[in-house]
Amino acid sequence: MALANPKQTATEARIAALTIPESGWTAPARKAALARLRKEGLPDRRDEYWKFTRPDSLVTPEVPKAATFTHDEGPIFGERDRLKIVFVDGVFDADASDDLSMEGIEIGMLAAEQGADIHWARDLYGTLEERGQDPVDRPLAALNTAAATDGVLIRVTGKPSKPVSLIYRHQSDTSDAVLHHVLRVESGAALTVLENGPAAARLNKVMEIDIADGGTLHHVRAQGRDHDRRAVTHIFARLGRESVLKSFTMTANGRLTRNEAIVELTGDDAVVHIAGACVGDGANGGEFHHDDTVFITHNAENCESRQVFKKVLRNGAVGVFQGKILVKAGAQKTDGYQKSQSLLLDGDSQFLAKPELEIYADDVACSHGSTSGAIDETALFYMRARGVPHREATDLLTLAFLGEAIDEIEDRDLGEEILARIESWLARRR
Amino acid sequence: MLKITDLRASLEVEDKEILKGVDLEVQAGTVHAIMGPNGSGKSTLSYVLSGKGGYEVTQGSAMLEGADLLEMEPEERAAAGLFLAFQYPVEIPGVGNMTFLRTAVNSQRKARGEDELSATDFLKEIREKAKALKIDADMLKRPVNVGFSGGEKKRNEVLQMAMLEPKMCILDETDSGLDIDAMKLVADGVNALRSEGRGFLVITHYQRLLDHIKPDVVHIMSEGRIVKSGGPELALEVEHNGYTDILSEVA
Repeated sequence: MALANPKQTATEARIAALTIPESGWTAPARKAALARLRKEGLPDRRDEYWKFTRPDSLVTPEVPKAATFTHDEGPIFGERDRLKIVFVDGVFDADASDDLSMEGIEIGMLAAEQGADIHWARDLYGTLEERGQDPVDRPLAALNTAAATDGVLIRVTGKPSKPVSLIYRHQSDTSDAVLHHVLRVESGAALTVLENGPAAARLNKVMEIDIADGGTLHHVRAQGRDHDRRAVTHIFARLGRESVLKSFTMTANGRLTRNEAIVELTGDDAVVHIAGACVGDGANGGEFHHDDTVFITHNAENCESRQVFKKVLRNGAVGVFQGKILVKAGAQKTDGYQKSQSLLLDGDSQFLAKPELEIYADDVACSHGSTSGAIDETALFYMRARGVPHREATDLLTLAFLGEAIDEIEDRDLGEEILARIESWLARRR
Repeated sequence: MLKITDLRASLEVEDKEILKGVDLEVQAGTVHAIMGPNGSGKSTLSYVLSGKGGYEVTQGSAMLEGADLLEMEPEERAAAGLFLAFQYPVEIPGVGNMTFLRTAVNSQRKARGEDELSATDFLKEIREKAKALKIDADMLKRPVNVGFSGGEKKRNEVLQMAMLEPKMCILDETDSGLDIDAMKLVADGVNALRSEGRGFLVITHYQRLLDHIKPDVVHIMSEGRIVKSGGPELALEVEHNGYTDILSEVA
């Protein structure tokens, strides 16, 4: 018998602490995911893909404590007409949620529908996650598929009149939520999904998104402001012909966040935009580490992909960007764009970036740019010379910097709401 | 209005003295011009007065209506009534021209303990003043100076001046990079702001701007000092004979 290596030991210890359902329609997918997890092993700091982000606290069986955070600002998206689905520490709260029926959409819950056999969801659950394991291992996503306790199953068949809003409340200091959502947007259908809240002390979330020809999904997420929360999230998306996916994430606070987006463009003329605006402050004994890891595969002709990530870091905050565009042979007329920038407000903060392009087609346009810099002193003086105080001028320049990522949100009102949140976050730190 | 006494200043990094004892007084209601060859310290004087970093004042004073400018932060100097029209107005991507100007106007009012201007009043005022300077609605909406032509940038400076209603305006080579029509437009804008309670200090290389903004007093600056002062005829003398003659005369 071979000696167990530390990675195996850590993986088995984590698996032992999980409850994995053995019956129901997800059982085969869970069993396969568990095998993937065992084969890959949980990430440790020696893994190339985790070079910039220490996964330790994301993989331990016990959850590092995270106090809940109270603030007097009302919840984001609060004024908006939407269909609310509420999770508290990763558990669906039916009483706090709206009725799940709406024209043009079918909504079910993963936990409640274990006994049912929903064909479309069975075909998808774990499928896109498994596709996303090549060429890079994503063991925390496999763990999620194996052990997810709940999530939404959404099939969009028309154009629902309002967005679906997933609200993640955090109450327990030691909650460890594992949520797995499955979304299928049928041909020509369109939906907006909103997400907000810290979810739990530690969150592992997977969202599998399958968009059929001509389908559209807009996704806007605001990750909760709890200072001590940790999260690893994955979006696995597959896009059909002429389909559109636009996803935006705002992150303010959180000890550790790793957001992965793995997107495969499989039909011609599809469009994907992934964007993020992040503000991090490592002050007051806090820690802020935010990692955006993106992998876009162009596997069809004339598709467009756009990544726009902006980070504002202060007081020892750390930002990471790993973004890859893979253009497969035959994916001609690909238009790939990647921009990742950070604004370092002091000398303590750092930004680590690894942009990658891998191209096997000869008629493509791909560009990437990654920069990090300080506030533009010339602009700052110009504004002060007009009477704008130093801190307000800094905030204006900071918002202008983030604006380019926020502009990626198609709905102007949502963009304004995000901008207002960041504005007040900055104002509180003046 | 503005009283500068024996002002000496050095570059912080090189410890190189640029201003070597400037004496100058601008009275309310007058326009003073400073002319001088390249490197004489004209622009440095404008930067030191407005509080730009990188300079160290080693001696002397600069008072605006009795208040010590050199003790103030740049934004405080602005609120006290000092305005510098930049030689190279700065582009600020992502910050709307209108938003910026409104923030500036209201920051100054707040600093002076005045009520902020309402959005409606501000809009009414800016539209009126922009029209006189041929600044269209599109220019107001665009990010500050981004993609503006040289002339548009200078007009935008004058618009800011008109909106902020400063007591003391310093124009740093406002004519540089302008064709004759653009220069006239800018000069008209400046002339419209001339009033009894306001002082102007116009820094320029050439006499031609002074054909349009007529000065009361002309100073010649050389090697960090005002070396000669006189009436408008002094500017014409420079135009005809160059700086060399005048400088050799005072040397």
